[in-house]
Amino acid sequence: MFGRDRSLTSLLNDTFVRGVLFQALMAIGLLLSVNWFADNTLNNLANQGKTLGFDFLTRTAGFQISSTLGTWMLDYKVGKSTYIDVYLIGIVNTFIVAFLGILAATVIGFTVGIMRLSDNLVFRWFATFYVEIVRNVPLLLQLFFWYFAVLRALPSKRDKLELVEGVAGINITGLYLPAPIISDGFVYSLVALVAAVFFTLLVRRYALKLQAETGQTLPVFWIGLSIIIVLPVLVHYFNGGPLGWSLPEFKDTGSKLRQGYQSGAGMVLVPEMLAVWLALSLYTASFIAEIVRAGILAVNRGQTEAAYALGVRPNITLRLIVIPQAMRVIIPPLTSQYLNLTKNSSLAVAIAYPELVSVFAGTALNQVGKEVEMIFMMMMVYLTFSLVTAAFMNWFNSRVKLVER
Amino acid sequence: MTQPQNAVTQADDHNKVVSMRNVNKWFGQFHVLRDINLSVDKGERIVVCGPSGSGKSTLIRCLNRLEKHQDGDISVHGIELNNDVKNIDEIRREVGMVFQHFNLFPHLSILENCMLAPIWVRKTPRAEAEEIAMHFLTRVKIPEQARKYPGQLSGGQQQRVAIARALCMQPQLMLFDEPTSALDPEMIKEVLDTMVELADDGMTMICVTHEMGFARRVANRVIFMDEGQIVEQNEPEAFFNNPQSDRTKLFLSQILGH
Amino acid sequence: MVRKLPGTATKKIKAKKPIPSAVDAQAGYVRSEDAPLLPPPPSEVGVTGWLYKNIFASMSDFSSISAALKSAFIAVLTLLILYFLATQTIGLLDFAIFSAVWSDPEGLKRQACWTVEQGGALPAGWHAACWPFIQAKAKFIFYGAYPTDDLWRVNMTYAIGVFLLAWVLIERLPYRKMVGALLLTVYPVMAIVLLTGGAFTISTGTIGGATILGLALISIGRLGKAGYITGALGDLSLVAGVCGWVVIAFAVVLAIFSIDFDLEAIDTRDWGGLLITLVVAITGIVASLPLGILLALGRRSEMPVARFLSTVFIEFWRGVPLITVLFMASVMLPLFMPEGVNFDMLLRALIGVTLFSAAYMAEVVRGGLQAIDKGQYEGADAVGLSYWQSMRLIILPQALTHVIPGIVNTFIGLFKDTALVSIVGIFDLLGAAQSTLADAAWSTPVQGLTGYLVVATIFFIFCFGMSRYSMYMEQKLNRSHKI
Repeated sequence: MFGRDRSLTSLLNDTFVRGVLFQALMAIGLLLSVNWFADNTLNNLANQGKTLGFDFLTRTAGFQISSTLGTWMLDYKVGKSTYIDVYLIGIVNTFIVAFLGILAATVIGFTVGIMRLSDNLVFRWFATFYVEIVRNVPLLLQLFFWYFAVLRALPSKRDKLELVEGVAGINITGLYLPAPIISDGFVYSLVALVAAVFFTLLVRRYALKLQAETGQTLPVFWIGLSIIIVLPVLVHYFNGGPLGWSLPEFKDTGSKLRQGYQSGAGMVLVPEMLAVWLALSLYTASFIAEIVRAGILAVNRGQTEAAYALGVRPNITLRLIVIPQAMRVIIPPLTSQYLNLTKNSSLAVAIAYPELVSVFAGTALNQVGKEVEMIFMMMMVYLTFSLVTAAFMNWFNSRVKLVER
Repeated sequence: MTQPQNAVTQADDHNKVVSMRNVNKWFGQFHVLRDINLSVDKGERIVVCGPSGSGKSTLIRCLNRLEKHQDGDISVHGIELNNDVKNIDEIRREVGMVFQHFNLFPHLSILENCMLAPIWVRKTPRAEAEEIAMHFLTRVKIPEQARKYPGQLSGGQQQRVAIARALCMQPQLMLFDEPTSALDPEMIKEVLDTMVELADDGMTMICVTHEMGFARRVANRVIFMDEGQIVEQNEPEAFFNNPQSDRTKLFLSQILGH
Repeated sequence: MVRKLPGTATKKIKAKKPIPSAVDAQAGYVRSEDAPLLPPPPSEVGVTGWLYKNIFASMSDFSSISAALKSAFIAVLTLLILYFLATQTIGLLDFAIFSAVWSDPEGLKRQACWTVEQGGALPAGWHAACWPFIQAKAKFIFYGAYPTDDLWRVNMTYAIGVFLLAWVLIERLPYRKMVGALLLTVYPVMAIVLLTGGAFTISTGTIGGATILGLALISIGRLGKAGYITGALGDLSLVAGVCGWVVIAFAVVLAIFSIDFDLEAIDTRDWGGLLITLVVAITGIVASLPLGILLALGRRSEMPVARFLSTVFIEFWRGVPLITVLFMASVMLPLFMPEGVNFDMLLRALIGVTLFSAAYMAEVVRGGLQAIDKGQYEGADAVGLSYWQSMRLIILPQALTHVIPGIVNTFIGLFKDTALVSIVGIFDLLGAAQSTLADAAWSTPVQGLTGYLVVATIFFIFCFGMSRYSMYMEQKLNRSHKI
């Protein structure tokens, strides 16, 4: 390549050299721009009397945050907890609503997706209306709908709507549920649960072996379900029932100001969280439904026909032939939707549910004023989650690739 | 409407592998099968031919309930084909089908493709199922591909695997739905040879195909269908050399001309 | 040898070698007359057939206990869903149409929509839409605080835009590509001038300087083309020539912006409602398309630096929520600019939205590029086209047709996402509607529901329409591939 007689111009014409030159120019251009931006930023900050630094994180935060899982887990106390706690509370609350949302959206989405493919016209219509209406209205609007229109219609603070007599109720201040009180023996129940899962896996191995040797099948699902339910419950009662429940307490006598659900008893899900959960679940479920439908349709009809022609019954066909192939098509866009759901949880800032954006880039930013650092910290959380999800998807795709020539 | 034929033939149904009486089928308004009467004995090889849209595929797909007939009676090996799920299951166990587009399961290996039905339908132990699978893969002459996946095989090999897969259920009747139409020319021979061997071993088969050489070599009867009805059927020599109906003559001139 | 298999129900008949000439009672049969073409039985067609196939088929399997339970369950669920759909539809129609208040002739404002208990004239328990509220606020919802006298400017911009867009979309019309180019270049300049009022203060020096620079670059390009500059510098001079045209175009735009058309200058803070939503969404998509194409090409490039930078850019903007991008744009953009450069709030949001959308657009275009057969690239190379030439003439035209459904889907998503700008203080459709809810003169229990219903309907019409168009395009493209 680098022969003796290469002149300068022919060197410049060489595609490799050109490529290197071009990239070098790009890199230099980028560095210069970054330098320029950084310069401007530092200048502007200096003019405002600010410096860059993360030491604000150890300062105490002086504002109240609604009672949520995050505040409970980190035991948030005004005046004692620091901004790091606030950051962590934001992260916990984001992930709890994302996790619950993913669960609900998956269940609803799969159900609606299957309904879209049903023979039954009523099911198909319902699923189609649901998907088309929910997909074509902005999520923020749906969030407002659930929060303002629906939840505002709940009974007032001094009143309640009983969902389960004495155990669960709801009013405008939130959904009240029993809170678990864990005393000493509870760890045995957990151990029993783990053991039950382990036993189920053993049963499954045995059943596979049995089928391989004699051809008989065992109903592993039902056996496993019974073990997982019965064993921990037995251990639990044997132990004297170490799981207590703190029931929500509702007072409707005495002074008007003190009536209503009392704090300290039971567990409360604030209406903001309920609204975010509902909106996120239903919105994402509509996209998941379409993904599931496309995935099932992607499996060639000939596959089911071949299986039926062999005498394989529909439920086995579904399990062994259709679903494995459909899942290959469904999982990548499904993980994208999970990621979207997590990112969309940031909309909760509009109704002041204390997830990451609302509590850190909203309230805390107003108090501290360190925009660059705080927005950077916030974006890092979302970026990490996105990259982890992308890595998982790449791994999954490479594992389930159909073997071809 | 079913018109009872003479009583003798009805009792004979039990000896027939396939018996179709006055079968009619509609797709919506379209009358796709008209007054089909057909019976097939054990060991017979039937070739069905005809222009596209004539209902040939629909006819054999009705035999294993991949399509439902709305009128008439069908019975396979003495079992009546109706809405009773148990009957359908039994019939499907005894009838094997080979499709135009192979329909192998791409996420399973060749061996697993063949073992699936014996394990899950006949409740065969795994080792025995594997033996059966290898036996039939050897019979279609590709035992060495057992561990590979369908995507790694050529079209001709895939179709032979499809034949082996159907044979692993040891059916009484084999249905072939244009088995070589989707193959490249050089691979058609290997599949046809497999089918000829199968026929020579005594398998009852109904074959929808355009391969007239195969029909001449193997068939007891050639059936010509047009517009949903059976127009003519005869032994192959008589059929090809002396077609009676004008439509048959036209079809044969088109298909044998080039 | 056939082995004995467990589970075979039918009796085994030993296979015997068939005699080819076995007498078959049906051989040698010729049909003498055609079988009649009969109509299908009632269970297949007509109302009963349709009812059966679509509803009752799924509930009629009673062959075993589990199947019967399943059928019963489906039947009950069907009834419940029918009931739910019926009540909701009737409720909605009742709310929006039948029980709604349509006019307020006496100018009572909120009293026109009050029940007797609240002091109005409507019967107790009335709960339906209050349309006079929307009538009063319609201008605000559609145009924001844009001065009423100048609404003709907005309407004209809308009208011309719709006209040009329709021309590009309807297939039988001629010169679609030219109109498309017009739509993407001349129309935005015109729109900006009409909507803001133009007459920006741009020094003649800047315009003059840009013109001179552009002319210089073009002449370099001409020299290079004519062969006076050779070799690598020759290629650079061609690039300079292209840049020259771009600079000239830029100068022309600046010149247009500086002309005083005697239009009232209207600050973007006065824009609002549907106008803002359309401006943000359309600008976002149009501006993100070229950037997205560049990024997609960069990500597929063989040069590691380009590939790395493009990937980082794309993954960054796709990995963070739009709301954080908007926060970043509104809070941090002033920090990134040198002192004294002041950014219009709307412009900050537009920049954020464009960068965000460019990353998604890049992935869509990348999908289109991947879908193109490798043979096309090879063919272009074989004929001797340079990278940029083959991209411009062969690859991108094909890729972009592939990705039109993807682009429309991204646009739909962006259109919905524009609602987020209301959180950073820009009054889009949702924000404008929300601010109307604060008007005490119209305060009624149904104020909120009526307002949100209108906004939801507007969004639905736009998004549903676009998704139908996208599906239509997809089907057309699929059909055209079945060669």
